[in-house]
Order: sequence, then structure tokens, then C-alpha cells
Amino acid sequence: MEEKNALVEIQGLKKYFSSAGGINHAVDDINMKIQRRTTMGVVGESGCGKSTLGRTIIRLYDPTEGKILLDGEDITEVRGRKLRKVRERMQIIFQDPYSSLNPRMSVEETIREPLKESRRFSRKELEEKVDELMDQVGIEDRLRLSYPHEMDGGRRQRVGIARAIALNPDFIMCDEPVSALDVSIQAQVLNLLMRLQDRLGLTYMFVTHDLSVVRHISDNISVMYLGQLVETAPTRELFRNQLHPYTKALLSAIPSIDIDRPMQRVQLKGEITSAINPKPGCRFAPRCLFATEACNQPQTLTEVEKDHFVSCCRVNEIN
Amino acid sequence: MEQNENFLQVRDLVVEYTSGGQVVHAVNGVSLSLDRGQTLGLVGETGAGKTTIAKAILDILPNPPAKVRSGEILVDGQDILKLSEHEKLKIRGNKIAMIFQDPMTALNPVMSVGEQITEAVLLHNDFTRTQAEARTVEMLEMVGIPGQRYVEFPHQFSGGMKQRVVIAMALACDPELLLADEPTTALDVTIQAQVLEMINDLKTKLNTSMILITHDLGVVAETCDNVAVIYAGKIVEFGTKRDLFKAPAHPYTLGLFDSLPKMDDDSKELHPIPGLPPDPTNLPRGCSFHPRCPRATEACSREGEIPMIELSPGHFCRCIRTGGNN
Amino acid sequence: MTEAKTNMTRKKSRKQSMFLAVLKRILKNPVSCIGLIILLILILSAVFAPLLAPYSITEMDYDSIYALPSLKHPFGCDKLGRDLFSRCLYGGRYSLSLGFIAAICGFTFGQVFGIMVGYAGGKVDNIAMRICDVLQAIPGNLLAILISTTLGSGFGNTILAMTVGGLAGSVRSTRAMCLKEREMEYLQAAKSINCSRATIMYKHMLPNIVAPAIVGTTMSIGGTIMGAAGLAYIGLGIQPPLPEWGAMLSAGREQILYYPHLMIFPGLCIAVTVLAINLFGDGLRDAIDPKLKD
Repeated sequence: MEEKNALVEIQGLKKYFSSAGGINHAVDDINMKIQRRTTMGVVGESGCGKSTLGRTIIRLYDPTEGKILLDGEDITEVRGRKLRKVRERMQIIFQDPYSSLNPRMSVEETIREPLKESRRFSRKELEEKVDELMDQVGIEDRLRLSYPHEMDGGRRQRVGIARAIALNPDFIMCDEPVSALDVSIQAQVLNLLMRLQDRLGLTYMFVTHDLSVVRHISDNISVMYLGQLVETAPTRELFRNQLHPYTKALLSAIPSIDIDRPMQRVQLKGEITSAINPKPGCRFAPRCLFATEACNQPQTLTEVEKDHFVSCCRVNEIN
Repeated sequence: MEQNENFLQVRDLVVEYTSGGQVVHAVNGVSLSLDRGQTLGLVGETGAGKTTIAKAILDILPNPPAKVRSGEILVDGQDILKLSEHEKLKIRGNKIAMIFQDPMTALNPVMSVGEQITEAVLLHNDFTRTQAEARTVEMLEMVGIPGQRYVEFPHQFSGGMKQRVVIAMALACDPELLLADEPTTALDVTIQAQVLEMINDLKTKLNTSMILITHDLGVVAETCDNVAVIYAGKIVEFGTKRDLFKAPAHPYTLGLFDSLPKMDDDSKELHPIPGLPPDPTNLPRGCSFHPRCPRATEACSREGEIPMIELSPGHFCRCIRTGGNN
Repeated sequence: MTEAKTNMTRKKSRKQSMFLAVLKRILKNPVSCIGLIILLILILSAVFAPLLAPYSITEMDYDSIYALPSLKHPFGCDKLGRDLFSRCLYGGRYSLSLGFIAAICGFTFGQVFGIMVGYAGGKVDNIAMRICDVLQAIPGNLLAILISTTLGSGFGNTILAMTVGGLAGSVRSTRAMCLKEREMEYLQAAKSINCSRATIMYKHMLPNIVAPAIVGTTMSIGGTIMGAAGLAYIGLGIQPPLPEWGAMLSAGREQILYYPHLMIFPGLCIAVTVLAINLFGDGLRDAIDPKLKD
């Protein structure tokens, strides 16, 4: 990874929500760089804030603190027309292809909507663009006037993808785009996403809990635990050599289809807690086998090997 | 497949739904058998009929719209479908118990978890209340929940813990057969690993038979002895875990494996199965898979049932194009 | 170009077919069909009252004062010898249009404000709900009486009174639908593709929550007509000599023991209308219910 300007860079990003039990530190002090035309996989278990992180980056949520840079330009505070420009460059694909499409709008209307809202196209251009987009994501022309409830999950997700790429964005945040789909359909959609990345030069942030999917599609992977980044590394490196105890446990927990490989699980104590009013220090410590007194101090993400960052004070002793 | 000591035997089960004047062919002639202490995995995509089979075994299909057209379900030699409602009640929960996919909706939110399990115990045993409560605490501890949490309510438990409660409830009456419908799909991977491990331990300890319904081949690889692959309401391949994972034969099974992103393969393109599962109100003629099958020939679309072919002892495959290979 | 045109026509036929589908389902249901037919008859006879009415509504026939129903005067005559049948026909014009206009006004305001409040949430929502609380603390009828007495009686003021009475409930139920719909991701999707607030609220959200409101509004027409009749009965609604059904009831009450037909026929008109609307509304609810959508 050469030192050029990343397409998306976030510095010390925080997003807190107030909830019944106190303040939920959904995203807490995260730094990340995503290079052009690469895919950053973000993995973690439910409630770890991975989806909130993505939605904060594309400015669907307002960050509590920190900075978001798009192409080196600070977009944390932009409003009005500038925000509209930013949103055209950063798009989102949702997890649930059922609730993310307006049930009263046909395929054609859904795909046309972003083009229409940009007010840059004539009526005729709109029709042509819609044709082109439907072709690009592989929706048959006969489905043009179909409504979401008339289509299967895979097709619906394709419509969602067409809507996201309609305005030629640079960056797309994919929020578990395939986890609601069956395996055979999932593979079709993953192939489509990768083809579009090549053809349109897209940069992805791919949020998921499915490690085999993230391994397949990502160039770099960040692992989150309760709002914090615990480890980030290039994909190959991460799967070869996990340094954080949580990453180890997470990777060893994936059920493997190789029935001859003996299972070696890193056992975890207890259950995932919550990020509401957390104590300082490593949030994974209560479940960690290696936790000591030092883990109650705030941790920092440090570069242990080249491009491989870990947030664990005992990383050298453990490995 | 033809053994007499089989604890559970399903023969030619056909289940149909009627919806809006159309007939949905959910299960089309499924036969399977299960020995004591064994685990059978039912694998297939959404709408393949996996859950319908399990519900038919427990005889809890909503009728109407569902209707068992034909077939037998023998538990210990007794045909469940022919029993009276009273006799069925004895079997449900006592001999057969089911774990549902979503632990969030399977528990009553206004009753403590201990009470809920105790109630199930009392319903199926001749225990006194004290005995039943002792049994509940024992069950809770067996699934890794401290007995003190007896008095707590479902909302005080996390998803994984709730699923443990559901499992404890299902196991409380020593069922001989456990039907687990996607028991870990709603859970996170690290929690899933814990729950699967627990299920495996309990199974060996209690010698319970289990049918595990899932779409996740990884889960099957970790827990099952035998596997049945289901497509459009029919078993298309049946065999031991080793048969299926090391020598998959049916083109659909092969397609499923090819669709998975491999953990140890860096190739860019995945190889999905083209097309979509068939419309269950209007199944293709001949082999239901032939419109999506790369090996299909004209013979595959001819009218008539495709027979199960035994490729090797205990390994069956429903494909006329595969028989010769082995 | 031609292709685009065919697309437009195809799209139109699609929208029409959705409307037709609802209509078809209504027609399939015999009960709602009966409701629809009665309602149509009532509306048509009100519209064509000048053609159908045998007499003018002000024409007095001194020979037929308090005349009982006969071939000459099917519904009889009132104390001034005016033909009741003609007056009932004309009365439909006032009663029905009053019911429909008030319902439509209530529907429109309820939707516009309800969505605004529901989508904005937070403080706006809080304040608006407290205002609704205050409005709802006063019984609807009392509020209507209050408005009528302050602003005076008459057609316009009656509509105003009836609309305001139902407004709070309508805003509240729309808001509740909104809160449920707000969690849907397609609204976030709309935000991410730069749709303006107004577009999100009225183009994306409205069509998804409007169906139950349409049903509710239809059902409320009957209540509104009764309410307006009630106002007229106590002398605060439409005033005689205008032949509104409620006003006619009011006028007939002095002679109820001797000439009950003065009250029976206008009363029947109201009852039949309300019944027809409710029968139709029931069918409409079943036809629109998305769970039955195939």
C-alpha cells in the first residue's frame, strides 16, 4: 500500500446514541483508510457498530466527533448542496432487499429516482440510463414494471445495486448485501459486485458477519468489537496470522466444510456485552483468556507488522 | 435405508399447501430414516420444504392450508399420522421436541424462563412441582446457564442464552428425537460455535436422535452423521457426511459447494448455480433441477419420476446422469 | 422515443390495473357490492334531484299540509305542505356533500400534518401530540357545537366544525403509521440518493401508509353525516328552509306523535346512507389489505 491519498479516510470517528440504559458508544474512536478501487471488509458480531460506522461515513448519521475525509476533503460538517454532492459520490447497498425497496414503486421508478432527483437528465436520457443500469446489473427488461413483492431476493438486491450505482459514485458502503440470500443466489450477487468494481472503478466498504464472504471480496479487513477496531490487516495476512485474541476466536468459530480438518476452537468465555456506558480499556477483556490488569487501560491501535494493526497491549506476549 | 431398528422412518411423504386457488407442492415424496443417537442434516435453500418436513413429523402443520396427501411417518413403529389427537399430544414434546429458528419469539415474555421449562416438565411427566423445579435447574445447568437464573425473564437473556433456554426446554422431557430448525442461524458465529458444541455434547450424553435443518453446509459438517440434500421438496442426494462432502454426486449438491466462497481458494469468480429455484406451484417435468443443471439432457425433462440410484452402499442420488460414474 | 411512449402507456395501464384489481375485489364481495350500489343510487338521485323531484322544495300545497304518504306525495308532506320526497332528494345534496367534503378535508389535513409530525419526530412530534391531547380531551361533538355557536351556523361552518372534531384523531393515527414505517430502510435509501424531505415524506412514505387512512376516512363519512344531522337537529347546523336531512328531522320533531312520517323518512335516508357507507368501507378494507394482495 503506497502512501497516496486514500479515497476515504476517517480520523477518530465517534458516533454515540443515547439509549434507555445510558449512552451507547456504537462507534468509538475509529481510524481507517480506504484506498481507491479496493474493498475494505468490516467484520464483527451483531451490535458491534459496523453498520453504524458505515452509515456515519456516508453521512446518513451525523458523527458525534472525529473527521471524515473524502479524497482529502473534510466532509464531516458539509450541509445543503455540498452534502448532496457528497451523497452522489458515496452510496449504500442495504442488507434487507425486502425493506430497502419502496413496495409501491416499480423497478423502473426505483432506479430512476436517484437520476431524477439529481435533475441533470432529460426525460429521454432518463429512460436510456435506466435501460443501461438494468442491463448492467442483469435485470431482464420484462421486469421493468414489476414491484418488489413480485421478485425474489436476488433480483431485489440487484435493483438496490442499480439504484446505488446510478449516479456513478466512487464509494459504496455495502451493508451485509448478501446475508439475506441463499448460497447460490449469494454467489451470483457477489460476482456482480466484483464485476462492477472492476468495470466502474468502485471502492467498497463491505460490512458483514460472514467471514468466508469477506475473505472472498476484500483486499483489507478490519475487525470490530463493541464499537472499537481491534485489528486491521490485508486479507491474506489476517487469515494467515491473527494477532488479536478476538480475531483468533472469530476465525476459529467459522464452521468449516472440510470434514477432515480437526477443529481447534479458541473458546470464549461468556457472551458479547453491550457498548452502553463502557469502562475504559479493552472491551474484549471480560471474555479474553489472556486478560490482565493492564487490559483495563485504554488501548491504542499500533502497527505490529507492516500494514497490520492491532489494538492489544499484550500482543507480543500472546503470539 | 431399509433397516428395521430405525427409530424414525418417513415413507413417501407428500405435503401440499393451497394458496389463492393454487396448489403449492411443498414436499413431493420424501423418504428417510434415522437411527437412535444419530443426527441427520436436511440441507436446502429457502422454500425447498425442509421446515415442512419437520413440522409434518411433529404433525403441527396448519391444516388448512397444509395437507399431508400421502405417506407414513413411523416413530418407533407407530404411524404418527394415524394417532388420535390425545395420543399425539403424548408424543409431542415427550418423544419428539422441536427447536425453532428464532429464540426471540419462542419464549413467553411475561413468564420467567424457569417457570416455562417447569411447565413443560409437568405437562409430560408425573413429577411433583418440587421435582419438576429440580429438573429445570438441572436442565438449565446442563445447557450452561446458572440455576439462579431460573427466576429471570426472557428479555434479561441475550440471543445465544435464549437459544440455550429453548434447547433446555426441548430437552427437559428427554425426547428421543429432536427437530432443530436452523437453531443457530439467528446467532453470531462465536455464539453459534458455543451452541453447536453444546448440542453435540448433549447428543452424545443423552443419546438423542436429531434432525438438523440448515442451509449452512459448515454447520452440517460439524454436527451431522448423515445428510439429505433437498431440492423442490425432494431428496436429491442422501448419504453419510463423508459421502456428501468428499464425493458429492448430484449436480445440485455440486452447485451448492461451488457457490460457496472457499476459505482456501483465492480465485476471483464464484460459480453460482444459474437461474432460480422452481415455482412450487408449477414444478418442471421430470427432474425438477434440469432447467438449471449443466449436465441436463433431453431425457432429464421427460415425464415421470427420476429414481434414487444407490451409488455406493448408503449413498443415494436422484440423477439419471450420475449413475454411470461410480 | 416511441419506445419511451409505449413505456409510458404500459405504466399507465399498470397503475390502472392496480385500481381495477381493488375494484374487482370489491365487486367480488356481495355485501360491499350492495353497499356500493345503494351509495351510487343515493349520490345519483341527489345529483339529479332537479330531474327526479316531482315538486320544487319550496312549493307549498295548502291542501296537503301534513299529508300522509300517497301516490301523489310518496313520502307525504310537511307542515307547510311541501313534498317530503322532493325535499329528501335535495337533502341528499347537502348531507352527502357535507359528509364527503368534511371527510376529505379531515383526510388531507390528517395526512399532511400526520406525516410531517411523524417524520420529524423529536420536539415537533412532542408539541403536536400535546396539542392533539388538548383537542381530544374535548368530545368531538362538543367541539363541533362550540365552533358552530361561535362562528354561526351554515353549510361552510358545519363542514369546519365536523373537520376539526376529527382532525386530532386523524393526525394521531397517521403519525402512528409513520413511526412504524420510518424504520424501513427504503426511506434511508431515499435519503442517500438525495431525495428532499418533502419527496421522502409525500412520494415515498405517503403511498405506503395511505391505504388504512382511505378505509378509515370512508368509514368516517357516515359518522360525519350523523354528526352534521345532530348539529342541525339541535339547531346549530344547516338551517331550515334548506332541506338537510338533520334539519328536516329537527323540523319534524314537534309532530312526532301525530305525523311520524315527518321524521321517519329523513331518518331512513340517514340510516341507509350510513349503512351503505359502512358496508362498502368493510369491503374496501378487505380489498386494500396488503396481506390479501397476491
